[in-house]
Formats: sequence, structure tokens, C-alpha cells
Amino acid sequence: MKEVIKITTSLTLVCLICALALALVYGVAKVKIELNEKKMIQDAIIRLAPGAQRIERLNEIYKLLADNGKLEGYAFLAQGQGYQGKIKILSVIDSNLKKLVGIEIIESVETPGLGAKIQEDEFRNQFKELNTLPAIECVKEEAKKDYQIKAITGATVSSRAVVSILNKRIEKLKEELGK
Amino acid sequence: MREIVKGLWDEHPIFRQLLGMCPTLAVTTSAINGLSMGLAVVFVLFFSSLVVSVMKKIVPHQVRIAIYTVIIATFVTIVDIFLKANFPQISRALGPYVPLIIVNCIILGRCEAFASKHSIGKSLRDALGMGIGFSWGLFLLGAIREIFGARTLLGIQILPQNYDRLIVMILPAGAFLVLGFLVAIMNQIEAKAKK
Repeated sequence: MKEVIKITTSLTLVCLICALALALVYGVAKVKIELNEKKMIQDAIIRLAPGAQRIERLNEIYKLLADNGKLEGYAFLAQGQGYQGKIKILSVIDSNLKKLVGIEIIESVETPGLGAKIQEDEFRNQFKELNTLPAIECVKEEAKKDYQIKAITGATVSSRAVVSILNKRIEKLKEELGK
Repeated sequence: MREIVKGLWDEHPIFRQLLGMCPTLAVTTSAINGLSMGLAVVFVLFFSSLVVSVMKKIVPHQVRIAIYTVIIATFVTIVDIFLKANFPQISRALGPYVPLIIVNCIILGRCEAFASKHSIGKSLRDALGMGIGFSWGLFLLGAIREIFGARTLLGIQILPQNYDRLIVMILPAGAFLVLGFLVAIMNQIEAKAKK
């Protein structure tokens, strides 16, 4: 019995101290991490929509305006479950919400060499000028229609995850913007 | 002094003990990736060895591995948060491999085999030696793969543009090839030195 108590208290103590240390470190670093993510989103928007001169923010949606104030499109964040963890995507879409301009993966922990390929140009470029009507579709063979993309070989789950995250978010976007 | 030197050559964690193969093979696609992974391991190894060595008398024998793992995981998470805050580029390049340092057998191996049995000073020297040994190993692997696979070293072009780059070098197969050659060369040097 004495042994059990000794083991339990030592493990609990070690875990408590470690958790406290981590909470402290994260508390300090949090501001910087959020700032980095903000900057990454900004950079991604500029890369995807170099024409946008002004960016207005409404919660998680960014309105992209041309010099004369004309609405060029929207940038939005979408996230959901991938194969191993959260996938966070930034996408730019035209002002009618019908055609994607492009996507960038902001955060993902997919398998290196397989699912992680969703970050590579070969996969991401398929989303340029992609029709979102009726809905984006992920196919295993070559994409034939203008709303289809080809899944990465060996990483169908990650590819499908990206597509379903986008589809869900675009549906919601339509409601939010009343289009 | 011996404690530091042995990790650099005689008991080199990569080329002699063949430990920590997962990060060794996976992250060494470029010299900077290899080096940053190495430095992250130096940090984790140093502080884990310190804490384990300090606590060696009070840790109950039955749960020592669990406690070491929690300690290592804490330092790894600190490194992960630090990289995310200060070096987001490197953090993205290393991706899931930073959290995977937790299961890098070099660290648990040194804690269990060395730090839990030796004095604080000796354990720290051992950790430094092993960590620096691991780092130069990763840097060398990464440098060779980067030079032949991307014609650059640390991002600076050093091979002419018309040199046909060996794509295989930055693919997983290249990691195995280079590692095999390096281990063979080290064995050769060792065999010659013994004669």
C-alpha cells in the first residue's frame, strides 16, 4: 500500500509540475504565435490574390477590394479534421462564390511524404479556377469536370478531407453572406 | 572530457549506435533542417538529463520510464512552442517531427542508461556530447543531400545550374543511401585506425 501511494504521488507531482511549466511557457509565447499566424494569413492572401489592394476583415472572412473599392472576392479560413489532426486552409474565392481562386494550407499534421503533399503546388494548383458548383468533388482517376480534383495517390483521406472542409465552409459562407 | 568526446565519435549516436533513425532519415532533406532538428535534440537532451540526474534518488524504480517520458515530453513541447513563436518557417518545415522527438530513443536511452546512474556534471557532459554528435551527423547528412539534390548548401547555390541534380537525394531513398555510405566510411576509418 505504501508503495502504491509513493508511486501515485510521485507521478502526479511530476505531471503537475510539467503541466504548470508548459502553461507558463505557452502563456508567454501565445501572443507571438497568434501574430505569426496572422502574418501568414496576410501573406497567403497576397500570394493568392495579388490584385487586391485593400483587405477588410469580417470575423473569419476577408473582403478583397480593388483600388476603386470594387469587390473582387473573398478570402476565408476553413478548418476541419484531416487524417491525423486539424487541417486549416485559407482560400480565395470570386465575389459570386462560384469559382475558387486558389488555396493555401495554413496548418496541417498529415503524414510526411503522403498526406503532407496537400501542401504542395501539384495538389493545390488544382484548386485554381475550380468551380464550386454543384460542389467540389474528389476523384481517384484524372479529373474530367471543372469541379473535380484528383486525389493524391496513397492519401485519399487527406485529399477528401481538404475537399469536404472547403465544401462545408463554402456552404456556410453562402448563408453568412446571403448569396 | 571523455564524456563529451565519446558522443562525437566513438559512440556517435547515429553512425555508431544507429539510434534515432526516424528523424535522421526524415528531416535531413536540407542542411538547415538537419541542424535545427539537431539543436532541438541538444536542448531536450541537456535539460532532460539534468532533471533526470537531479531526481535519480527520488524517482520510484517502477515508474521511472513513465516519469522520464513526461519530463522529455515537457521539454519537447517547450521547444515546439518556442519554434512556433520565433521560427515559424523552421517549425513548418519540421512539422510533426518536433513532437516526435519525444520518442527519439537517443534521449530516453541516455536518460535511462546514463543520467539516472551518474552525477549531474557527468550527465550534462554526456548529453552535450551525444547531442552535438547527433547534430553534426544530421547536418552532414542534410548538407550532402541538399548539395546533390538541390545544388545548394544552406540555401546558397554551390553547384552550377547545368549540373543534373539527383532528385533521389531529397527523396526518402536518398536518406538511406547517404546514411549507408557514411556508416561504411566511418567503419573504414575506424578499421584503419585500429591497425
